[in-house]
Amino acid sequence: MISVALWSVALLLALAPVGIVLSSYPRGSAVLYGACLVVTAALCVTALLHLLDSAHPVLSATLPIGLPWLGAHFRLDALSAFFLVVINLGGAAASLFALGYGAHEESPGRVLPFYPAYLAGMNTVVLANDAFSFLVAWEFMSLTSWALVVSHHREAENIRAGYVYLLMASFGTLVLLLAFGLLASGAGYDFDAIRASHPSAALAGMVVILVLLGAGSKAGVVPLHAWLPLAHPAAPSHVSALMSGVMTKVAVYGFVRIVFDLLPEPEWWWSMVVLLVGGPTATLGVLYALMQRDIKRVLAYSTIENIGIIFTGLGLALAFKAQGLDWVAALAFTAAMLHVFNHALFKSLLFFGAGAVLEATGARDMEKLGGLIHRMPRTAFAMLVGCVAISALPPFNGFVSEWLTFQAILLSPQLPSWGLKLAIPAVGGLLALAAAFAAACFVKLYGISFLGRPRTDVAASAHETDRFSLAAMFALAALCLVAGILPGLFIDALAPVSKAMVGNVMPHQTGLEWLTIVPIAESRSSYNGLLVFLFVALCGTAAASAIHRLASDRLRRAPAWDCGYPDPDPTIQYSASSFSQPIRRVFGSVIFAAREIGEMPPPSSPLPARLKVELHDLIWDALYAPIATIIGFATERINTLQFLTIRRYLTLVFGALIVLLLVVAL
Amino acid sequence: MTALRDILSQGAQMLLVLLLAPLLTGFVRKVKARLLRRRGPPLVQPYRDLVRLMRKDVVLADNASWLFRVIPYLMFAGTWVAASLVPTFGNGLLFSGTADLIAIIALLGSARFFQALAGMDVGTAFGGIGSSREVMIATLAEPAILITVFAVAMIAGSTQLSNVAEFMGSDAVGLRVSLGMAFVALTIVALAENARIPVDNPATHLELTMVHEAMVLEYSGRHLALIDLSSQLKLLLYVSLIACVFLPWGTATADASVATLAFGALLYFGKLAVLGFLLALFETSIAKMRVFRIPEFLGAALMLALLATLLRFVSGSL
Repeated sequence: MISVALWSVALLLALAPVGIVLSSYPRGSAVLYGACLVVTAALCVTALLHLLDSAHPVLSATLPIGLPWLGAHFRLDALSAFFLVVINLGGAAASLFALGYGAHEESPGRVLPFYPAYLAGMNTVVLANDAFSFLVAWEFMSLTSWALVVSHHREAENIRAGYVYLLMASFGTLVLLLAFGLLASGAGYDFDAIRASHPSAALAGMVVILVLLGAGSKAGVVPLHAWLPLAHPAAPSHVSALMSGVMTKVAVYGFVRIVFDLLPEPEWWWSMVVLLVGGPTATLGVLYALMQRDIKRVLAYSTIENIGIIFTGLGLALAFKAQGLDWVAALAFTAAMLHVFNHALFKSLLFFGAGAVLEATGARDMEKLGGLIHRMPRTAFAMLVGCVAISALPPFNGFVSEWLTFQAILLSPQLPSWGLKLAIPAVGGLLALAAAFAAACFVKLYGISFLGRPRTDVAASAHETDRFSLAAMFALAALCLVAGILPGLFIDALAPVSKAMVGNVMPHQTGLEWLTIVPIAESRSSYNGLLVFLFVALCGTAAASAIHRLASDRLRRAPAWDCGYPDPDPTIQYSASSFSQPIRRVFGSVIFAAREIGEMPPPSSPLPARLKVELHDLIWDALYAPIATIIGFATERINTLQFLTIRRYLTLVFGALIVLLLVVAL
Repeated sequence: MTALRDILSQGAQMLLVLLLAPLLTGFVRKVKARLLRRRGPPLVQPYRDLVRLMRKDVVLADNASWLFRVIPYLMFAGTWVAASLVPTFGNGLLFSGTADLIAIIALLGSARFFQALAGMDVGTAFGGIGSSREVMIATLAEPAILITVFAVAMIAGSTQLSNVAEFMGSDAVGLRVSLGMAFVALTIVALAENARIPVDNPATHLELTMVHEAMVLEYSGRHLALIDLSSQLKLLLYVSLIACVFLPWGTATADASVATLAFGALLYFGKLAVLGFLLALFETSIAKMRVFRIPEFLGAALMLALLATLLRFVSGSL
């Protein structure tokens, strides 16, 4: 199995140079994406078979590459198998989507070589079994995705996004390097050796903080999220889907691998840190999303929210594991992993839809769209499924993982620690707020861009997207429904992962009456997505047929009523900013220092009156702007060193040598 | 035999909520009218309205999409299913394991999601204003009710509504501060969710502050009938929910005899009448709020719910 996985990665790597050649042929992109589709689908199936294998074998392999005395170690266990499934399911869907979408790429030479390399990088991260390979793969994944972010390099915005991304990615890798340095101090770089070593409590705590910074910056936890909403939307849409739906999950993998697997038994304060990061990340991420007008940026911010939900689940798992309540830890951990899977599905779907809209209209700004449900009915249907699923509404999959997280929160009075007793209800409240904001956010996204009347000519003349893109979207939409109505199958498949990471599993789900899911005991809580779906479908159709038969089925078309004041001008409709105005007024005045400034020209002046809205990203202002100023100041000063004479350079070198020698001597 | 009885009992409750919902709305309207010294419409007026609307043609806006036509059925089905999962006169419903309290709230959330979309489908200014304000209210009401559910579920040790009701009916509950707070929070949320005064006014049309009525302005005929019926079901759901969690006395258990069931049903009607009367009394004695005062009103519910949950964490007996 592991050889299949490694060969697939090698194939993907080999496809990268092929991409350079193919990019000059008109059908080249289709060939490359087709090849990626085949490889990722094969790898996905392989990993799935490994995950479902009842013996749960742990396979490892060593290749004579990498550091000369170490070699490159690879390992395929339940956790890597699960993340391989997520990565390659997303990869296969993105490749299928790109079979159609990629044909519109203006400069395929900037995308094709990096795309398979990026997939290979992500796969290698989850397979790596020593720190060196892990970090090399991690950095490779970052650099290839950076290349994809700046592929449309003529837009100044994308260049800035790429710059910020590169800085943050380097920061993340640096911090991870330090974490591995601490871990390796007693053991070496091999993960097996690190697992066997027993780092002291203080050292392990430092590693947790460093990993939270390193993996968290890649996943986009607040306040390290600043790059994410810039970089994810800048890439071509299928790559955006991979970055948001899949790469953030690789970051989650990094966190889980180190904190749950490599480190010894957790302490309760670790969970406190993770929870205090996760809860605010969820709420703030989606509040930012609500304030945006750009579809892809809304989706990127909503990724931050979902990462917050996942980290909350992981924090709960840590808390329960630290107290020895590993059966609850299994519930929280499974909820987090299920959300990893679910988010990969619906976020990829939504980015594909955004890509289809972008391709059909050339616009990402919602205020230029509207009425697309008439022009792009199939895309609109798939997007609707994605929007309902991501808003955590039954009977789709997003609800199941949030429901499981809530069930874990409800068990938290059993924890003895006072800090956690006070923190967990607050985090539960934040998650509940985030869920409500998410629904508002996706009502806005869907209502403004797909419903109503077209606001511009490009929206009025949009056309349906190609069949490959539609196939990718409908496949993911179907999976969202299946995971929503038969969650027991997915929970059971996650059992070996939970067993390996927290030492216990959730009760076996499939085989229960009516396929209900019961996380702890039937008297406590249960949910049956299948029955909810069937009941709603049955009641709806029964009501429709009864009314049509017994009462009336006549229908007339007429102009809209609008309380007697219909206006043919489409600008009369609510826009994206006006839709979020009430929420901005209620929540934004503190969190974004939002202000509305009305400019009224003096009487008899022909100037129009204006209403301006000011929003500030306080985290950027408080954290990033000062750092940027300091760095700018320092570089200005150091810049003079570039213009010295040769004598002075020699003096500098000599001085440096003396100082170094002194350091060595002391 | 028991299976048959369970199916009958579940079916009876589904039919009961459907038939009772317009009556409750009619009752509240009648009481409100009497309190204002008006004669008021007869109790059966909501039924007549529904039948009248169902028989009429649907007049659909020119650019309404297929979604606009499907949404009334989706909303109705979602609300009906949610309402029939709340125990009315008897516990231990056959399908009570289908959805716990969190899932019932989320089902109502789905219905609201689609209703807000429907408001935006035709592309009119009124629809937009309604949807935009509805989601603003929902962003406060939904967390408030979820946290109230947390508080109640932690006390009862279950999110399963039948078990919660059974626990609340037993002697193990006692007098708790947190339950009182949860009750107030749930009441505030119920007022907001059902578009009652002081959050919204169910009786007006053509008022700038309207929320719910603005969203459904473009609906007519059978579609409007279904949406009206969904709102009536939602009111019944919330009243039943308050009755079953906070006034659990007399609710029949799963294996009760026919006589106890009948007694439970009688008591249930009594509870509905009392709560409906209180709702009418409250609505006539308070004025409608400005839209931007609503967040403060709902924020109070949110804080009370959070406080109730925290109390539960601090001490098992509070």
